[in-house]
Amino acid sequence: MTPLIRIQHLSKAYERGGQTIPVLLDIELDVGAGEFVALMGPSGSGKSTLLNLIAGIDKPSSGSIEIGGVDIAHLGEGALADWRAANVGFIFQFYNLLPVLSAFDNVELPLLLTDLSTRERHDRVAAVLNMVGLADRADHYPNELSGGQQQRVAIARALVTDPQLIVADEPTGDLDRATGEEVLTLLDQLVHELGKTIVMVTHDPKAASRAGRMVHLEKGVLVDTLER
Amino acid sequence: MFLLRLLLKNAFRHKLRTGLTMVGLVVAICAFGLLRTIVDAWYAGVEGSSSTRLVTRSNISLTFALPFSYGQRLKAVEGVRQVSWANWFGGIYITERNFFPQFAVEPVSYLALYPEYRIPDEQKLAFYRDRQGAVVGRKLADKFGWKIGDQIPLRGTIYPGTWNFTLRGIWDGAEAKTDESQMLVHWAYVNEWVRQRYKGRSDQVGVYMLGIDEPNNAAVISERVDKLFANSLAETMTETEAAFQLSFVSMSEAILVAVRAVSLIIVVIIMAVMANTMSMTARERLAEYATLKALGFPPGFVVRLLFGESLLIALLGGLAGLLLTLPLAAAFAKAAGTLFPVFQVSGLTMALQVLAALVVGAVAAAWPAWRMSRIDIVQGLRHVA
Repeated sequence: MTPLIRIQHLSKAYERGGQTIPVLLDIELDVGAGEFVALMGPSGSGKSTLLNLIAGIDKPSSGSIEIGGVDIAHLGEGALADWRAANVGFIFQFYNLLPVLSAFDNVELPLLLTDLSTRERHDRVAAVLNMVGLADRADHYPNELSGGQQQRVAIARALVTDPQLIVADEPTGDLDRATGEEVLTLLDQLVHELGKTIVMVTHDPKAASRAGRMVHLEKGVLVDTLER
Repeated sequence: MFLLRLLLKNAFRHKLRTGLTMVGLVVAICAFGLLRTIVDAWYAGVEGSSSTRLVTRSNISLTFALPFSYGQRLKAVEGVRQVSWANWFGGIYITERNFFPQFAVEPVSYLALYPEYRIPDEQKLAFYRDRQGAVVGRKLADKFGWKIGDQIPLRGTIYPGTWNFTLRGIWDGAEAKTDESQMLVHWAYVNEWVRQRYKGRSDQVGVYMLGIDEPNNAAVISERVDKLFANSLAETMTETEAAFQLSFVSMSEAILVAVRAVSLIIVVIIMAVMANTMSMTARERLAEYATLKALGFPPGFVVRLLFGESLLIALLGGLAGLLLTLPLAAAFAKAAGTLFPVFQVSGLTMALQVLAALVVGAVAAAWPAWRMSRIDIVQGLRHVA
């Protein structure tokens, strides 16, 4: 079966003060559709950079990243933005909700880039808020919600366009253990009930253990992969 | 609709900062409008002048008079329809602080030449019949609370002594720009007084006003008039009424340039203040713009957000400034009395106020919008972390 994500000979280096600093070196990784993969490694290992490259918000120095048959490494800025809007859902450590918008409006944001009618958009937002258990908090603003609730709004925002791929950067990093568990359970459901593919960066071995596969990086090199 | 809602919410996210910026805008736009109105008021005489009137005065200086006999010869000049004349009277009403212009004129021909001075017929006739009579503009009458029949004592400076004039009429200007701050008395009465006291100084005219049929012929007629009196003891200089008025304005040109410059500097200052506000705003929302871009929103969306917010704040501040200008200008006009014959905020000034506000908003947003549209998503997202 063709994997959803196919990464080949992927390298990334930054230029700092005339020096080239390698961050990722010749990464080879396949992620199948419906897989839940955790990227782990110490700080500076390149796991967040790899996630950013998979999400299409950063460009590799060399190599290819094929996602759903599209080599996103060679897409232009505009095409890449369109591709992200249609294919990727984002979950950030600090939720990244717009504070001036209600939970409902925050979830509706990505749908503004689609051709859906207002009615269709509202139906979808209501459905995903219901799915994450926040139907009764739709009119609340982020500062009126707990950390866990804000992260669930962010998950709803990631889900609302029905993307195949969801990238999560330390989704439980700002939450207490119990709330973090709830969020991880929700992510689990997305994989097992909706068939979503999730690539998650985490420092927390407990969080990583919820994933189907753990990929370890060290100094920009993929050192091992552990299937659960 | 969603964008508008987001703009509104963003604009008032920091109420104190937005409020202070708007207060700055209100003050700046209001000051800009008032200063422009002051400059306009200076030019009111030029604006209110007629294209069918010429002014003939001594070629040497306005302080030199012309012979009364010129009047008959002027009437004969081809293209001249009407002739009237006036002398600066220069009287003081109670105290020098009550300054207002007074002219000794030939009443019938003068009021025929100035149809914009609207006086009821019976008042006009009463003025014609009373050699000691006077007419004044409404603004002047209101300032001193004069009524028809009141005695107006003036202390003469050019014509020394105490003069008592009886108010016979009050004119209302046909237009807002018509001067209502002057007083007209009989030239013949003043001339007779001069004849009795200063032989040889009578029958002198300060300026002749000529009514012409065709504004396009103004230059030709002016030339004809000046040619007629060339090489005489009192050569003339004839120009349009607008040019004549402009010669007075040009005496204070340096002040007007300074006032104009200050009005623009105020706009530039508020532009810098608002640019700083928008830069701060953009910097604080770096992660939000990065998030929007990550979600797939194009850079143009971020640009629209910043420009929209800046223009919204600028427009609201500008409109409030404009609205505040009107009562302030009215209060200023009242306080200034007859210093400015016409002091009104023009339509052009109001339009320029709105335009200035929009330019401030657009310029203030330009740099942050450009920067935010180019932010690196990864760097922007790190900003929050």
